[in-house]
Amino acid sequence: MDLATLIFFVLAGLLIISSLLVVFLRDVVHCALALVAALLIIAIFFVSLHAPMVGILQIMVYAGAVMVLFLFVIMFLNPTVLERPRALWWSAAGILVLLLGGLLVPLFFNNEPPGDPVASTELFGSPEMLAKSLFGDFVLPFEIASVLLLVAIVGAVVLAKRERSAP
Amino acid sequence: MMPLNYYLILSAVVFAIGVLGVLIRRNLIVVLMSVELMLNAVNLTFIAFSRYLGSMVGQVAVFFVMAVAAAEAVVGLAIIISVFRQRQSLDPQDMQILKW
Repeated sequence: MDLATLIFFVLAGLLIISSLLVVFLRDVVHCALALVAALLIIAIFFVSLHAPMVGILQIMVYAGAVMVLFLFVIMFLNPTVLERPRALWWSAAGILVLLLGGLLVPLFFNNEPPGDPVASTELFGSPEMLAKSLFGDFVLPFEIASVLLLVAIVGAVVLAKRERSAP
Repeated sequence: MMPLNYYLILSAVVFAIGVLGVLIRRNLIVVLMSVELMLNAVNLTFIAFSRYLGSMVGQVAVFFVMAVAAAEAVVGLAIIISVFRQRQSLDPQDMQILKW
C-alpha cells in the first residue's frame, strides 16, 4: 500500500465519521462543526483530483459563506429543545438507507469503469480551463445561475422580513 | 492513483448518510445540513468522473451545483426562520397545515 492509498483511506474514514457526526450529534452547533469538517475533507479530495479551483470555491462558498449563514440562523433561533427519539421510525429509516446503500454500491462494480485516469496535462483543472468551458460552452447556464441567485436573494429577504402589523 | 470505484463508493456512502439524516432528524436546520451533505457527495462523484474521463464538464457541473445549493440554503433558512416565528418550533412534524 503506497502513500496515496493510505492517505485516501484515512481521509475517507474521516469523511464518513464526520458525516455520521452530522447526523447523530444532538447539539445543532456540533452538527454544523462536523459539517464544516466534512466539507473541508471533500475540498481536499477535489484538490487531489486535479480540481484546485473547485476545491478553493468549495472552501470559500460552503465552509465559508453557507456555514456562516447556518451558524447565524442557529444563533438567531437558539433551538434548545431536544428531539424526542422514536425507535420505530429510526429502525425503519435505517433499513431504508441500508437498502439504498446496498443498491448504490454494487452498481459501481457492474460495468468496467475507466480504471486509469486519462493522462492529464498540467493545465487540466486550472482556473483557465474552467473559465474557458464556463464562459464558452456554458455561458447561458452561467447567466441563468446569476438570475437564480438574484431571485434567491430577493426571496430570502421577503421571506425573512418581519411582517409589520397594520398601524 | 486510486481506482474510480473507490471514489464512487465513498460518495455513495456519504449520500446514504445524508438520506439517513433527512429521514431521522426532527430539526429542520439539521435536515438542511444533511441535504448539503448529499449535494457534496454528488459533487465528489462529478469531480471524480471529470478527472478519470479527462473532461472539464464535470467541474463546470459542480460549479453550478454549488450556485444552486447556495441559493437553496439561503431560501431554506429564510423559510425556517419564518416557520419558527409562526409556531416556535423546528420540528417538521409540527408543519401540517396542509395535511388533510
